[in-house]
Amino acid sequence: MQVDPRHRFDNFVVGSANRLAVAAARAVAESPGAVYNPLFIYSSSGLGKTHLMGAIGNHVSSHAANLDIEYVSLDDFVEQLHAAIASGEGERFKQRYQRVDVLLIDDMQFLTGRRETQTELLRLLNAMQGSGRQIVMSSDRPPAEIADVDERLITRLSGGLIVDIGTPDFETRIAIMRAKCEERGVKFWPGVIEELGRLEFRNVRELQGALNRLIAFQTLGGEQIKPEDVLTVLGDLPEAKSAAREQTAGQTRPNEFQSFLTDIASAVAQHVESWKARVAEAIAYWTGEGYRTAQLERLLQETAPPTNWESLLRGFGATVERLKALEQQATEVDAALGGDDVFRDPERLREAEILLDKALAGATPPPGPSAAFTRQGFEVSSSNQLAVRAADDIVADPGKRYSPLFIHGPSGVGKTHLLNAIGNELVEGSGGATAVACVSAQSFMDELIEALQEGTVERWRARYRAADALLIDDVQFVAGKERTQEELFHVFNALHSEGKQLVFCSDRPPRELDGLEDRLRSRFEGGLVVEMQSPDRALREKLYARYLAATEHEPGPELLSYLAERPAASVREIIGTVNRLVAAADVVGAPLTLAVARAELDPEMPAAARPSTPVVVRAAADTFFLDDEKVVWDWSDAATRMIEELK
Amino acid sequence: MSLVNYATREITCKIVYYGPGRSGKTTNLHYIYGQVPEDRKGKMVSLATQTDRTLFFDFLPLDLGTISGFTTKFQLYTVPGQVYYQTTRKLVLQGADGVVFVADSQARQLEENIESLQDLHANLAEQGIDARAVPLVIQYNKQDLPRDLILTPAELNDALNFRGAPEFGADALHGPGVFETLRSISELVLKRLSQPTR
Repeated sequence: MQVDPRHRFDNFVVGSANRLAVAAARAVAESPGAVYNPLFIYSSSGLGKTHLMGAIGNHVSSHAANLDIEYVSLDDFVEQLHAAIASGEGERFKQRYQRVDVLLIDDMQFLTGRRETQTELLRLLNAMQGSGRQIVMSSDRPPAEIADVDERLITRLSGGLIVDIGTPDFETRIAIMRAKCEERGVKFWPGVIEELGRLEFRNVRELQGALNRLIAFQTLGGEQIKPEDVLTVLGDLPEAKSAAREQTAGQTRPNEFQSFLTDIASAVAQHVESWKARVAEAIAYWTGEGYRTAQLERLLQETAPPTNWESLLRGFGATVERLKALEQQATEVDAALGGDDVFRDPERLREAEILLDKALAGATPPPGPSAAFTRQGFEVSSSNQLAVRAADDIVADPGKRYSPLFIHGPSGVGKTHLLNAIGNELVEGSGGATAVACVSAQSFMDELIEALQEGTVERWRARYRAADALLIDDVQFVAGKERTQEELFHVFNALHSEGKQLVFCSDRPPRELDGLEDRLRSRFEGGLVVEMQSPDRALREKLYARYLAATEHEPGPELLSYLAERPAASVREIIGTVNRLVAAADVVGAPLTLAVARAELDPEMPAAARPSTPVVVRAAADTFFLDDEKVVWDWSDAATRMIEELK
Repeated sequence: MSLVNYATREITCKIVYYGPGRSGKTTNLHYIYGQVPEDRKGKMVSLATQTDRTLFFDFLPLDLGTISGFTTKFQLYTVPGQVYYQTTRKLVLQGADGVVFVADSQARQLEENIESLQDLHANLAEQGIDARAVPLVIQYNKQDLPRDLILTPAELNDALNFRGAPEFGADALHGPGVFETLRSISELVLKRLSQPTR
């Protein structure tokens, strides 16, 4: 529906009865959506509601042509809604109204009992208010008095500013009639308009009707009407009758209460602190949206306006937006989190963030131990029994005995195997309840870099902090990486303070890790540092037996003893040797015997080239000691003793 | 005393009509009550003796509807004027946002007027309220009586209005001056909204 172009502010006569309403309407027209949203104008009929709404519409369209203005009476709105639903175009109806920037709805009193219209309107108001678009409504009574309307809708309607237009006072009536006469180009004798103005018309329409009658009488009769003729001309109008009666009684009774009310209204408008009204408006709005507003309510307790109250209001809005975003993110991860209380209280933003982090951490847990490495598959001997003993203790009592446990030793001695085995045992021991983060330092760092890139460091951190145990392999790689060390330091502290288990593996003891920050070094050393050595003879024999048994070749005792005598720096080397022997046996096409092994591993060499020292000593000398007498071969109960001492 | 409640969007004003016995306080309220349109009329509570003297107090709630988005309510009280209802007067005076002092313009009542005004100050002081801080309007009632019986507003001003409060001559029985008084006190009270004194 089009706004009537004749309805403008400049031809709306302002008097004390409508000053407030006009001021509000002007404010709204000048900055739609910014003040008084929604604006609700009420008055009995014929006092200028429609004119005022039209004036808002015309003002907006002439000053901001890009804004979409829709003027509609509630009846039309209902009809459009019904037609849209009947033709199956309900969605288009909604979309059409959602594009509107300024919505003017007339005759809101017809809402009574129209449930589906109320629902649709409520939804529309929410959408428009939320996006700062202006709504102006008019009715012949205040919102609370419109019967049979949804409570939520009432609160929305009352949330902005409610103004009423009273019956015009004498001066206003005169001004209105003068304006009309000028518009029509009619001139009356002095005193005629004043005489007409003395009559108490209930509304401007009736006043206009009476004026029209006078104009008609004058133009048709061709005679100027005198002031004393007015009552005669209007003789059969009820107002004129009562006025005439009163005049004969010799007293007029001005409506004292009405004019008192008008004065009070302007006094209130003048003295009510506008900033508090704005804050209260915001409170009403956000409370309606379901958010807690304690923060703003405290603001109302202030006697003087805080200098930053506007930014506080904006900040509040921003916080609510942030909460909405957090809630949405959380709901995507876990639908049950939607509507959680923390997302409704801006003062609990931090808690909401933590909740979201937890949700996200639960959604993508940190990498766990590899199932391929089991504790059963781990061979124990004196060269690694200290570490294994410590590992078993950890599994029995995680976080209590040795945290952190720092295992170091040359590559290929089974550190990774043991680390993952601890992880698997921890998970199994708790029936899967324990969240074990088992990761190599390299991928720990890669994840951090990725998180930095995506700006999700918080989430990444939360994942690790939520773990019940943190197992990091090849921790030597963090040396020299400042940020990774920093993060590891914080994760370490967070977990350690909560009594969670930490295990690290490295190829060197902490004190030999160059580029490792002292704060980490001291923390690593504060737990238990154990070494895993290259496999000794007993372990080598066990390992050869195990790996050969896994092939088709059944090794004889001489072969095993021959192989076990040979030095091996790591388990990997033993596996390599086994593979080589099996391949050699396959080439020959014979079972793997001592002879085949010898031929493969110790081909005939010139005597001169042969080392004179025994093989074992030579290997040991390469890695550790020069004098074989200094090698301690038998560490029968070293593990027990060392652990006891460390306690 | 919470005049403006921004949270519930309510403005509540308590205005107390004070003055000596038979000066016309209840008459003021009756006249106002008579002017309130039917649809806005609350119930006027009047606790009077058989001879129509106020025994306890009158209470007239005025619901002014929604003004600037605020539900505005005025509560008009009168105190019993007779000297021996001291306790009731103190009670009614508690939490008043503004006071209308209704003086009897009859020359022979001047002493009572002065006494009552002193009583008002004493009662305010007792409640720890600085009388100068309370919005006050003085009404010289019964100005319709024959000239030789009454004092003019100027003469009464000299005797009573040493603080220069707004003053109105009135004829509460027939109406002149009643709404002027109410309007003046209301505006004074509302003005204090923007300039809190305590």
